[in-house]
Amino acid sequence: MIPEGAILHIGGFMGVGSPHRLIDALVERGVGGFTVVANDTAMPGTGIGKMISAGMVARAIVSHIGLNPETQAKMIAGEIEVELVPQGTLVERIRAAGVGLGGVLTATGIGTLVEEGKQVVELDGRRYLLETPIRADFALIAASRADYKGNLEYHLTAHNFNPIMAMAADVVIAEPKEILPVGAIPPDAVKTPATLVDHLLERAH
Amino acid sequence: MDAKEIIARRVALEVRDGMLVNLGIGLPSMVANYLTPEVDVFFQAENGVIGLGSRPPEGMEDPELTDAGGAFVTAVPGAASIDSAMSFGLIRGGHLDMTVLGGLQVDARGYLANWMVPGRMVPGMGGAMDLVAGARRVIVAMLHTARGTPKIVPECSLPLTAVRRVSLIVTELAVIEPTDAGLMLRETGPGVTVDEVRDATAAELVIAGDVPEMLLAGVPPGPPA
Repeated sequence: MIPEGAILHIGGFMGVGSPHRLIDALVERGVGGFTVVANDTAMPGTGIGKMISAGMVARAIVSHIGLNPETQAKMIAGEIEVELVPQGTLVERIRAAGVGLGGVLTATGIGTLVEEGKQVVELDGRRYLLETPIRADFALIAASRADYKGNLEYHLTAHNFNPIMAMAADVVIAEPKEILPVGAIPPDAVKTPATLVDHLLERAH
Repeated sequence: MDAKEIIARRVALEVRDGMLVNLGIGLPSMVANYLTPEVDVFFQAENGVIGLGSRPPEGMEDPELTDAGGAFVTAVPGAASIDSAMSFGLIRGGHLDMTVLGGLQVDARGYLANWMVPGRMVPGMGGAMDLVAGARRVIVAMLHTARGTPKIVPECSLPLTAVRRVSLIVTELAVIEPTDAGLMLRETGPGVTVDEVRDATAAELVIAGDVPEMLLAGVPPGPPA
């Protein structure tokens, strides 16, 4: 379903809250040339780190690669193009794509390397960077529980980028730890409504 | 007491009851060890928890409860789990009372560089730029020098994290407050003289009157026993 060269939002923070079964399946299939939008590239052998090792990532738009020396080595060798984005800006760029905003104004990054090549907007005497939305072809996200309609619940620090990415891709594939009958998740506990989710894949136990 | 413990104990005195505080990984995270019991605060980990607790006992780790460094943690009673948009909304939106971060360099303007060394170390900024741009108070907790090379310099040679003047610099040798008048030397470290601080600092320090020795959380004032 996911073609060579697709733009992928992948949830997770250092592998916590990443869709591990989906990642393993992609690595096994061996397609590549992906643009991966994620908080980080995890560690070698974990989550997105496996995709880096397999050479499937052509471009990474991330906030941090510090714990993955392979990403750094491949970046220096020119094998992966890495765009580093401040974490709060990255999540808002994804959110903007998901909620129909044309961009975001943020003071984060003003006066730093992040400002290079970006439009600066002055409002009420304060300077902001205009940051553009990042939409993906596919969002690969992890959740704690789903029901069969696709309503999602998240657990502790495994929320991270997942609920935001669920709004910002053409096709959303969610990987819950378990799939429950419809109605088993109370409405107040649903953080991603089913209407956003296209496919469910239960995590292997 | 080693240098890092001195720094952590001094920074702990900056944490006030009722605050929402974000501690960076490494040295800044040590600050949590030295708070007095009457100070009730929430610690935020920017990966998505307000009310970060201590390390769990072995075998009790929840693989989906980690801090921003990826280490297993616990959540205190009254904690909340949040997504990254809420987490950084709190940071940028003025809801975070204080952040404590490490530093590679701080300059005479009070600007911090702490996210990359071109050609040598390019880990990415993670949440650091948002934290420095957005937190109400930014405290830099770092060793005064890097193997003898001053880290407090006239102008940062490393890429800046933000063009925002940090609130306070705490090292094992000094407490320094960046102000309109320059870098004010507010306190000296235990047993450290003003001249020793000056010698270890590349930037100009402003010294007004007597400079007291820093107090440390959990340590009675006075000469070392």
